Amino acid sequence: MIRDITIGQYYPGKSVLHRLDPRMKLILTFLLIVTIFLCKSFFSLGLIALTAVIAAAISSVPAKMMLKSLKPIVIILVFTAVLNIIYTEGGTVYFEKWGIAITEKGVNTAIFTMIRIVTLVIISSLLTYTTTPTMLTDAIERVLSPLKIFKIKVHTLAMMMTLALRFIPTLIEEIDRIMNAQKARGADLESGGIIQRAKALVPIFIPLMVSSFRRAYELAFAMTCRCYTGGEGRTRMKQMKLAFRDFSALVLCLAITAGVVVLNHFFEAVI
Amino acid sequence: MSEKIIEFDNVTFIYDADDEDASVQEYPALTDVSLAINKGEFVAVLGHNGSGKSTLAKLCNAILEPTKGTVSVKGIVPDTEEKADEIRRIVGMVFQNPDNQIVATIVEDDVAFGPENLGIEPSEIRKRVDDALKCVNMYDFRHREPHKLSGGQKQRVAIAGVIAMQTECIVLDEPTAMLDPMGRDEVMQTVKRLNKEMGITVVLVTHFMDEAVQADRVIVMDGGRPVMDGTPKEVFTQVKKLRACGLDVPQSTELCHNLGLGEGVLDVDGCVDELVRVLGGAV
Repeated sequence: MIRDITIGQYYPGKSVLHRLDPRMKLILTFLLIVTIFLCKSFFSLGLIALTAVIAAAISSVPAKMMLKSLKPIVIILVFTAVLNIIYTEGGTVYFEKWGIAITEKGVNTAIFTMIRIVTLVIISSLLTYTTTPTMLTDAIERVLSPLKIFKIKVHTLAMMMTLALRFIPTLIEEIDRIMNAQKARGADLESGGIIQRAKALVPIFIPLMVSSFRRAYELAFAMTCRCYTGGEGRTRMKQMKLAFRDFSALVLCLAITAGVVVLNHFFEAVI
Repeated sequence: MSEKIIEFDNVTFIYDADDEDASVQEYPALTDVSLAINKGEFVAVLGHNGSGKSTLAKLCNAILEPTKGTVSVKGIVPDTEEKADEIRRIVGMVFQNPDNQIVATIVEDDVAFGPENLGIEPSEIRKRVDDALKCVNMYDFRHREPHKLSGGQKQRVAIAGVIAMQTECIVLDEPTAMLDPMGRDEVMQTVKRLNKEMGITVVLVTHFMDEAVQADRVIVMDGGRPVMDGTPKEVFTQVKKLRACGLDVPQSTELCHNLGLGEGVLDVDGCVDELVRVLGGAV
């Protein structure tokens, strides 16, 4: 049933965003997220929101998929908006009753926060839409490699992430197999209340744990056989090279950040 | 042919030798084994479950350490971690379960894993990976995800991973046990090609007679000892002795044996020839 699972939400494509160096993408995403939080006025926020929308358009990721990534945050959006409207006071009062006042400032803050969250989600999901999990792990390893001086084992962390990604489909298949095996033995997984169902999962998770440990053991053997001794002295087949487009993207993003700071300065702050 | 690559010298191996639990019986998986694998050979190690054949394989590249005796590879004895590593550069290993030996999420990345560990130049790795994948006929699958491949394909990827390390010897520990007949055939063809065309020494641990027949030399293990050692013809003609080890003979051999025809028939073609020879006179 789940043989065709793909991990992450990578959307294959050939846009500029897909071709950007994953390390640069990671850094730029971080930079833009910081920039979003620098925004104080509607104009600066507008600039970054516009950037996000244009980037989404360039990425060739269908709008439907982008909206799908916004779906889980609808509740958060509504919640923050309501709280902001109720608790922020100032400016013209639009409505006042039962001790609740809806003011100009409250409405502005609510809209501002909502745009901010949406932009944040668009930018960060663009990263995962245009980069495969493997490339992302690789990029994380390389971007974080300066942390080695603090004795953080970046390579080990990245290897763990790669292996986790590699074994998710395998373990899902395994769960499927165990569930079928237990059903064949008369296990009832679908009826009863929450507690009963949770109890029914025990005979699934115990074999899964056991087999996972066995797998890990064998995998360790296999890795040793292939001369894996950790990150020391390892080379990589796929070298990442920063191209002209990566530097152009960096310049563009820095310009946007600068633009945001300038616009903050000239226009009235909302927050 | 006579240059030795792997040498077992009075090797005894006991699982959990230092286990405190007295209820675990100390029973040796291998007892006083001495044998040598020559360079360029294609050796099949046969034996029923618990005969010590897998243990033999794992001793070949210092994954297990012998309880007594020594295993040396090209004269190197793995007494330090560095030397064990050196041995693993000479002897590669393919395991039974293809799922548990593939490390990366993309086929070509997995094949590159070994050479990357050896610290080889990126351009050279690229070349080796492409060559290795072509060698096992998996080049067209290089960008695929391993979990979407069939068992036989996964196992070939695992073999490519060893080829890319350019080891002189490959030990395969029941590589076909979890595969369907088609996957089994794919893997066997690949293994034979490695030996014949690339001159890689192959040690194939198996319990399939029909695979063992394809080797140059067959070692039969029973109770932790090699009991027979010779060419497939020499080994498989001794039907009774094989039965005593809990093994069967290839079906063609058995048929001819039961019919009282010539001994030393190993495969279907040989069987057909033999039958034609006998019946030919009657027609």
